[in-house]
Amino acid sequence: MSLRSRGRDFPLIFELSVPERVGSSYPSPDVPLRPLDELIPARQLREEAAALPEVSEPDVVRHYTRLSHRNFSIDEGFYPLGSCTMKYNPKVHEDVAGLPGFARLHPYAPVEHAQGALQLIWELEHLLAEIGGMDRVTVHPAAGAHGELTGLLMIRAYFHARGEARTKVIVPDSAHGTNPATASMAGYQVVTVKSDARGNLDVDALRAVMDRSVAAIMLTNPNTLGLFEERIQDVERIIHGGGGQMYLDGANLNAVLGVARAGDQGFDVMHMNLHKTFTTPHGGGGPGACAVGVKAHLAPFLPVPTVERVGERFVLDYDRRQSIGKLRAFYGNFGNLVRAYAYIRTMGADGLRQVAESAVLNANYLLALLRGAFDLPYDRICKHEFVLSGLRQKQQSGVTTKDMAKRLLDYGFHAPTIYFPLIVEEAIMIEPTETESKRTMDEFADAMLAIAREAQDRSEVVKTAPHTTPVQRLDEVRAARHPDLRWSPR
Amino acid sequence: MYPKDLRYSSEHEWARSEGDRVRVGITKFAADRLTDVVFVELPAPGTKVQYMQPFGVVESVKAVSDLYAPVTGTVVEVNTTLKETPEVVNTDPYGKGWMILVQPDNPKEMDQLMPVDKYLAVIGEKA
Amino acid sequence: MTARSKSVDVAVRAQHKYIPATESEREEMLKTVGVSSVEELFADIPAAVRLGRPLQLPPALSEPELMAHMRTLAEANLHNDRAVCFLGAGAYDHYVPSVVWHLAGRGEFLTAYTPYQAELMQGELQAGYEYQSMLCALTAMDVANASMYDGASATAEAAVMAKDLTHRDEVLISTAVHPEYRQVLHTYTAPLGIHLREVPYRNGITDLGALAQMLSPRTAGVLIQHPNFFGALEDGAAAADLAHRAGGLLMCAVADPLSLGVLNPPGAWGADIVCGEGQPLGGHLNFGGPYLGMLATRQEFIRRIPGRLVGATVDTDGRRGFVLTLQTREQHIRREKASSNICTNEALLALAAAIYMAALGKSGFQKVSELNVRKAAYAKEVITAIPGFRLAFDSPTFHEFVVRTPLPPEEINRRLLPRGILGGAPLGRWYPDLSDAWLLCVTEQRTRAQIDELAAQLEKMR
Repeated sequence: MSLRSRGRDFPLIFELSVPERVGSSYPSPDVPLRPLDELIPARQLREEAAALPEVSEPDVVRHYTRLSHRNFSIDEGFYPLGSCTMKYNPKVHEDVAGLPGFARLHPYAPVEHAQGALQLIWELEHLLAEIGGMDRVTVHPAAGAHGELTGLLMIRAYFHARGEARTKVIVPDSAHGTNPATASMAGYQVVTVKSDARGNLDVDALRAVMDRSVAAIMLTNPNTLGLFEERIQDVERIIHGGGGQMYLDGANLNAVLGVARAGDQGFDVMHMNLHKTFTTPHGGGGPGACAVGVKAHLAPFLPVPTVERVGERFVLDYDRRQSIGKLRAFYGNFGNLVRAYAYIRTMGADGLRQVAESAVLNANYLLALLRGAFDLPYDRICKHEFVLSGLRQKQQSGVTTKDMAKRLLDYGFHAPTIYFPLIVEEAIMIEPTETESKRTMDEFADAMLAIAREAQDRSEVVKTAPHTTPVQRLDEVRAARHPDLRWSPR
Repeated sequence: MYPKDLRYSSEHEWARSEGDRVRVGITKFAADRLTDVVFVELPAPGTKVQYMQPFGVVESVKAVSDLYAPVTGTVVEVNTTLKETPEVVNTDPYGKGWMILVQPDNPKEMDQLMPVDKYLAVIGEKA
Repeated sequence: MTARSKSVDVAVRAQHKYIPATESEREEMLKTVGVSSVEELFADIPAAVRLGRPLQLPPALSEPELMAHMRTLAEANLHNDRAVCFLGAGAYDHYVPSVVWHLAGRGEFLTAYTPYQAELMQGELQAGYEYQSMLCALTAMDVANASMYDGASATAEAAVMAKDLTHRDEVLISTAVHPEYRQVLHTYTAPLGIHLREVPYRNGITDLGALAQMLSPRTAGVLIQHPNFFGALEDGAAAADLAHRAGGLLMCAVADPLSLGVLNPPGAWGADIVCGEGQPLGGHLNFGGPYLGMLATRQEFIRRIPGRLVGATVDTDGRRGFVLTLQTREQHIRREKASSNICTNEALLALAAAIYMAALGKSGFQKVSELNVRKAAYAKEVITAIPGFRLAFDSPTFHEFVVRTPLPPEEINRRLLPRGILGGAPLGRWYPDLSDAWLLCVTEQRTRAQIDELAAQLEKMR
């Protein structure tokens, strides 16, 4: 954060451009140099070179290194982002994913010559099946939402095969936005069910909407309030009783690793975000990677190809009549599968159980430090995260949750997830993960408490935060009213 | 804040009789709740709209809300200036911030909408 | 170290390198929470759904053990540092300059979250804006999003976009589009009631006569790939003209954007949506992922584009800054009415692509693109000079072309492997009528000597 320069705009790479500078070197052609229009018809040729920057290699290195300094990352500090599981991303994973045998392997390399990669996928799928309590796993999806679509399309194909035309998917009002969006993409109508006063899904409301038109429920457990669904067995009886399928959004798997498995709770399908629970880096928004686990009755519908073991060999099976098909090219975000596999092999069973225990202990500890200063709409033992409300501050001094989030940036922390879940007004959702130390959490709690005091005593400093970041508060309204989405040459 | 000569819908649209036509917009209450309006999506003239069915969308940075037609009829004019200056929905919701002008099928439908005192009660404000 | 609560499955637990809490800190924290054991924190989970045993996983590995194990797996693969690769078909072996991943791999970028707190994330956001700008420059489109999952899923989303924009329900897709892209398109569009019809190819390019016959008032759009799956150049302008006259949109998939260094960009000949695969822009082959889904369109369609968009704005001091914008299109606000369910994207690959395009620069990009054309043209010439090997189609190509072979292409590939050559893709798997057809790819990575060696080996197989 050292590069704050008042007055001047930080330059775009285009603004560093000087005609004729180059930043790369390639060999001269070693094949006959025929005029290009002998190889490609003139009308198919580009008339003018694309307006890419003209910069030297040092220009490129300095520009993007400086940009990296204008970023916050888990390597630099604490990200208490609820529902995102921003845990430490091990460095050794970058080295193993970068091994040429993985990074330089073509997806259509003959299977006999991709046995190491196929073995890794096959083993990872089996490790994840054990972790989730499922019968089969696919690692095709690129992200959580992509996994949700994979899961719902398998449910759709399952009912289609049974000759049942079910049209609805139940989603709790506390759900991630991806759940209803996915249900729509899979061609389902969304039915929203409210939460009860303890923060569980309202079982009576669920019973009232469950009928033979419902294909599935999409549930997050622990839910987005950071609470375990205490009546999960009732939910299971209601849904399965009506012939529906149980879908688990595994965004919060970190809390229950080795403690409670989706399969044992009656879930028929689940997805696991490998970029959350299994430490693959978020990359500033992606790539993620996702695994979808299913019970045996849904296995015929898995996307193709599946990886199968035949004796000591691993093969790709495209010949699956009932498959939903493909949701992406090739076999998954393999580079991230390597990282997730390395993580599970590093942790082992006891290590993963320790992850859950420490994640839950850390969250409850942080909650204990903060509970006095903020409203706590659902006061229970939490799992890996908890949801506070900034309503008190808003009513007393007009300081909003957004203001407090921005103020946290001045204290050197990333902000928590805010205004989510939607059922909590002025929501502040905090997830420390198991990789944060007590000292970091103590410092974070001190910052939160200091901001709560500032909200009372000097609210202006909070309302105008942040003050120490590379730029001050940005005009989002202007950005949306007059979209400027690209630089253009004059 | 809430003109007496308008009729109001439960979804916070206002409707004003102008001869045999009805001008439609959203109330100050709705505009305030949305915060800064950044975009309004409106139907093309000639589009049929149905009583209390969505006819368009209004957006702020972090919220999006459907617009409901307070009367059934045909859109005869839309406020094209909102494309460039959506902010007038916040600054002048009953004037420059109008959205569509409708030729109603049945002008009597206006009677189903609320008068100002009833609308004020709905939003919990004093007259 | 002493045993703690009864929940622990082993008596003695080693301190783990990724978990900082020590035994004494745990005790302190438990005290602050007001419980006596970690076990109490899980009391809300009904006993019946708890796992009453340890997970059955292989024993934990130390870092040196892990590294050794991973090397063993990696070395069981024939990768392109050891093989001479003539394989493309949607994943391309281009040179990745060292700067790309030295910069994109920096922890500050790699371990950052989605830039929702814009003031703290100007680096990621500005890089996203630069990526969007470069992709627009390359494709001659008005606006590009900050990335999709991969070329195939971006193509499927383009088709959904066309349906939403036109309120029509039929998409015509060329059979010269990558077979896996077409499969993904089927998966995505079936539940949405989009009717897909496949347009045949002729002489390796989309049959425009057939297309003209298939267009109807139901046609939301026409989807072609350019250069197409056979490496051939489509007549995009004519296809766009046909689509537009029927009131539909023209979508163009680009599987290798390096082609745009020499080819007239889709925006210049009338494409309405450009989708495709950005892996060739600095991404490694990675056995198929993570790759970079590209999506770009015209200004008037920006409110229907799925995925994240970075926009420029100003801060309270009037300085330029960047934010995620037009977020009301997205699932976290619009939920079931969102333009897509996409959330996590491929931001890091977009950053790498921006660095790649900046490093190559205006002239370098063109130069590399031309190298691909020339090397492929040379390979085409020498291979088709061998009796028994002939071009399947005579349409002009970029860096891939289809050869009819005297032996089954699978057999040729088998014979080439001991020579360290990774042959092209046999097409029979996707096109039964092309069972003797072999799709070869020649990028700037291949030398004349390697091409000559390939030809010499083929010479022995005639």
